[in-house]
Amino acid sequence: MITKMTVTNIHVIDQDSAYDFYVNKLGFKLVDDIPMGPGTRWLTVSPPGQPDLQLVLFPVTVSKLFPKEDAEALIAMIKRGIFGCGVLTCNDIFATYEELSAKGVEFIKVPTKEFYGTEALFKDDSGNYFSLQPINNFDRP
Amino acid sequence: MSTVKTIAADHYPRIYLYRRIVQAKLFIDRFYAEKIDLDNISDEAYFSKFHFIRLFKSIYGKTPHQYLISVRIDKARELLQQSKSVSEVCFSVGFESVSSFSGLFTKLAGKTPSQYIAECAQRKNQVAANPLAFVPKCYAFMHGWDENSNFEDAHQ
Repeated sequence: MITKMTVTNIHVIDQDSAYDFYVNKLGFKLVDDIPMGPGTRWLTVSPPGQPDLQLVLFPVTVSKLFPKEDAEALIAMIKRGIFGCGVLTCNDIFATYEELSAKGVEFIKVPTKEFYGTEALFKDDSGNYFSLQPINNFDRP
Repeated sequence: MSTVKTIAADHYPRIYLYRRIVQAKLFIDRFYAEKIDLDNISDEAYFSKFHFIRLFKSIYGKTPHQYLISVRIDKARELLQQSKSVSEVCFSVGFESVSSFSGLFTKLAGKTPSQYIAECAQRKNQVAANPLAFVPKCYAFMHGWDENSNFEDAHQ
């Protein structure tokens, strides 16, 4: 029986820049930052309230996984903002929006009431976008 | 862009309150290591102290004082991971007494600062000795980090 998701990826273009974005701007906690050879590292972070979920800031570089053509195509798509990485929740969306905006996070949708609740959208430093919603949007009977 | 801003403004409750509370939070984030007089923060936010504390807690789930302590302890964790001494860390994150720092750290982290330093040092040594042990094997394989290990051999 599967019980949890423990590790998942966010494909990023530059790990140094991603570190700055996720740790210094979003306030995520660094879990591992382990050098793995020239120009590459195992870099994972967790949302502050979810220490048992590691997000791998997975660099799109030419490797066994990504032949040159694939790496270039994927980087181009990430930059174009094709990939949505999921929903991040917060206690207060207006305060979170104000804080992240003050830190320079680029919002493509400010907090807006939708039929499912209030939502904002922002991009990370690579171009991946996230939905930001208050936790009570997910209250279920 | 103006359309988007209009939509937000229609639904944006008490925008000036949010901005002031967020600025106070960011002030704590930035100046946690200094002597912070929380009365001054509420004055600068043009709130009564009581109103300020109530609004801050409603947004962040902690009073400003509790939040300041949590930021200092979080920063202390980062510094202790670098094997700095307990007293050096204590003063560099804004505490004035090692005993009160140690007590608060133990309460929030569940272990004493010295225990925390020892655990971090042990993990650091383990990572240095065998970094791949800390990476899920599927990721090591995808990156080609496992090429000098016996991971592929196990599948042959």
